[in-house]
Amino acid sequence: MGDTQLSIAITGAGGAGVISCGELLLKAWARCGGRGLLRKAFGPQIRGGEAAALLKFTDHERYTAAGRYDIIVALDWVNFDRFQDEIIAGPDTVVICEDSERIPASLRGLPVIHHAFAQLASSSHPEGRMNMVAAGLLGHLLRLPMSALLEQALAKLANKPEAYRDGARACIASGYAASKDIDRPLPARDASGAWCLTGNQAAGFGALSAGVRFAAAYPITPASDALEWLAGGLEAVGGHLMQAEDELAAINMTIGAAFGGVPAFTATSGPGLALMSESLGLAVASETPLTLLNVMRGGPSTGIPTKSEQADLDIALHGLHGDAPHLVLAALDIPDCASATAWAVQLAQALQVPAIVLSDQFLGQSTAVVAPPRLPAALAAAEPTPSTTDEYLRYRLTASGVSTLAHPGDADARYTADGLEHNERGTPSARASDHREQLDKRRRKLESFDYGPDWGRCVGKGDTALVSFGSASAALDEAAARLAEQGAPVRTVALRLLSPLPVSGLELALAGCSRVVVVEQNHSAQLYHYLKGRLDLPLESLAIPGPVPLNPHTIAEAVGARQDA
Amino acid sequence: MNEPIAVSPKSFKSAVKPIWCPGCGHFSVLNAITKAMAALAIDKDNSVLVSGIGCSSRLPAYVDAYGFHGVHGRGLAVAQGLKVARPELTVIALGGDGDGFSIGGNHFLHACRRNVNLVYIAMDNEVYGMTKGQASPTTPMDWDHSKLTPHGPGVRPFKPAAIALAAGAPWIARAYSGNPNQMAKLIAEAIEFEGFSFIHVLSQCITFCPEQTDWKAIVHERSEPPLDSADLAARLFLADDGFATGLLYREPRATWPPPLHIHKNKNKNENEALAALAAAFAAQ
Repeated sequence: MGDTQLSIAITGAGGAGVISCGELLLKAWARCGGRGLLRKAFGPQIRGGEAAALLKFTDHERYTAAGRYDIIVALDWVNFDRFQDEIIAGPDTVVICEDSERIPASLRGLPVIHHAFAQLASSSHPEGRMNMVAAGLLGHLLRLPMSALLEQALAKLANKPEAYRDGARACIASGYAASKDIDRPLPARDASGAWCLTGNQAAGFGALSAGVRFAAAYPITPASDALEWLAGGLEAVGGHLMQAEDELAAINMTIGAAFGGVPAFTATSGPGLALMSESLGLAVASETPLTLLNVMRGGPSTGIPTKSEQADLDIALHGLHGDAPHLVLAALDIPDCASATAWAVQLAQALQVPAIVLSDQFLGQSTAVVAPPRLPAALAAAEPTPSTTDEYLRYRLTASGVSTLAHPGDADARYTADGLEHNERGTPSARASDHREQLDKRRRKLESFDYGPDWGRCVGKGDTALVSFGSASAALDEAAARLAEQGAPVRTVALRLLSPLPVSGLELALAGCSRVVVVEQNHSAQLYHYLKGRLDLPLESLAIPGPVPLNPHTIAEAVGARQDA
Repeated sequence: MNEPIAVSPKSFKSAVKPIWCPGCGHFSVLNAITKAMAALAIDKDNSVLVSGIGCSSRLPAYVDAYGFHGVHGRGLAVAQGLKVARPELTVIALGGDGDGFSIGGNHFLHACRRNVNLVYIAMDNEVYGMTKGQASPTTPMDWDHSKLTPHGPGVRPFKPAAIALAAGAPWIARAYSGNPNQMAKLIAEAIEFEGFSFIHVLSQCITFCPEQTDWKAIVHERSEPPLDSADLAARLFLADDGFATGLLYREPRATWPPPLHIHKNKNKNENEALAALAAAFAAQ
């Protein structure tokens, strides 16, 4: 790939401000045309634990987590050991720290640059903070103009007391002056018109762009920031966000608004999805459209709320009771959080069905510099065949399976939406024929719809294919590039539509493959088992649980090694 | 009722035949609802009845309006989402004592304190009827008619009005299935009240609690005007026998969404707003 990249890990005790420092650097870098990713790693506690800003400056936008860090900056060594599995040094790694006595064993022997962060901060200004010293220091290493750093710092502190801004100015300047050069090639900074945002913000933006005007919210890590962004976003376009008392209320408020004809959205993570599942069944039965963003984290139970995993595929696909066909989509990267969510909203509205969009902590909470998201063109409204009678039948049996959806306020189309099985009119019915007809109808509307070419992203040629979904796809692309360099080209298929499964598209994309390796970030090979039940192909599984991000190198090695075997 | 009835209550009934047992108190709630809707000449197309699960929750299908019959305990959440999204609609949530006070208890508390402008009618027969007679949160401690709790539930009954008050409901009434005219009047008042209005209806279950026919002798209409301070109402709700009917408490408060939520830029161009949100993401 011939890419130049530089990765920097900044660590410190929770509250030391390493995330703010990382954000400042990425934004200043982006302002100057650079591309990059900021991954946020936290311990389970929000304050007083440990935090790491994991930066990767690149000349492309295929963002994966860095495998090794070129520079490791420790404002302090408090709780650094908790990142041992994630912050890996290479032979050329440089450590920047204040206290070289306490360098952990895993980093000993590496070149060390000393900086007295605390002293520099306090001598620069009474309100001086170490993280701003680090920002100045690293900004200089990145060859950013000091003005770009100051611009970001002052914008961030715009509503704070003047003394804070003075402190930041002074600390950035003293860090900048104290910086010692490290001779590393820097990626080109030639981006223009790029956006800088998190996947959660992108998902909120996608929802809003596709017409969502109501959201219900119950806070949960790592999904809350999608809802927080929407609180302001919805207000700006004249919609509403309601904070619910629990996830049960959140999904039902969403259903209520959607029943009223207002495109509605909610976001949650695994445990919340479990609570919402009963009412997703209600949305299926009552044919109420809604979009649910599920930002996956390590599970089960409270699991690892602050770190990423792709382990909610099973519950998203199969977690509903009864025969409950619904849509499941997955965002492939940060801008796709917007595109996939927007597409999900469109599909949910057109097919009168709940749509689950799978994202994860890596996509949701990482900030990246990306090309503006490509939003899907408006779907042609699925036109139900016109009724032959005057009577409005909410659940009328049609060839497409889609029936006309009236909303309160529409004249003379009054009906009661029902979670009880019903006949075409909506009247509760336990008759076998009604049940069969409505089951068929609800399945037909999803299976007969033409989803077009956006069901996945297929790249490359080769006898071997790597298949994944969601955020694993970036690691897959990188792995494929490595394998191609080694003379073993592979094709990659990343699924954006998981249910209904685009079987014919997949079969076409994988035609002629002698090996199909299903790569995913979970322990039980959820995608592998799902595909195995539906595709007659030589599938193999490479399932690696979180929370450490999927490493392209590991994938390439595993695929290559098996090829050799 | 003194208001002239312009529309017939019957015209508010749908063609669907209720599944209730003969003698069920819920028939009289259905009659009171249609009577109130007729009295206010409510626009059917702009009215929605929302419910959860249980005998009483079947009611929306029996009214000629829009309806939503959801899952057990969550009717109030559906109703609030609907009303916030479509404030011009008349929204009536309803359900039973198990639906509202047990599985849906949390939503009841938060609906009271959130104060979205809608009506909530809890049809309390002190029993789970649809699942054939188990004790509910309002069942007397020593009611031993259920196989599930053969020695009685042994749990103090839930006091809906007192709990609604403590949770912040601004309008609390009690009605009785044996007095549909009073109930219709209360429902009409509740619809017209600006805020969350809670009507606790004593609605007898003739099948599983035939002893409730005795309510007729116990129920007493409270003739005084509604209390307008929570401390006095607390004394009333904790001290009374639970059978005083009428509008008991009325103390209007700010509803949700608060004015600041009702965005400042109602007439702003949506595309311009979206473009501004997009511009905030620009890196360069």
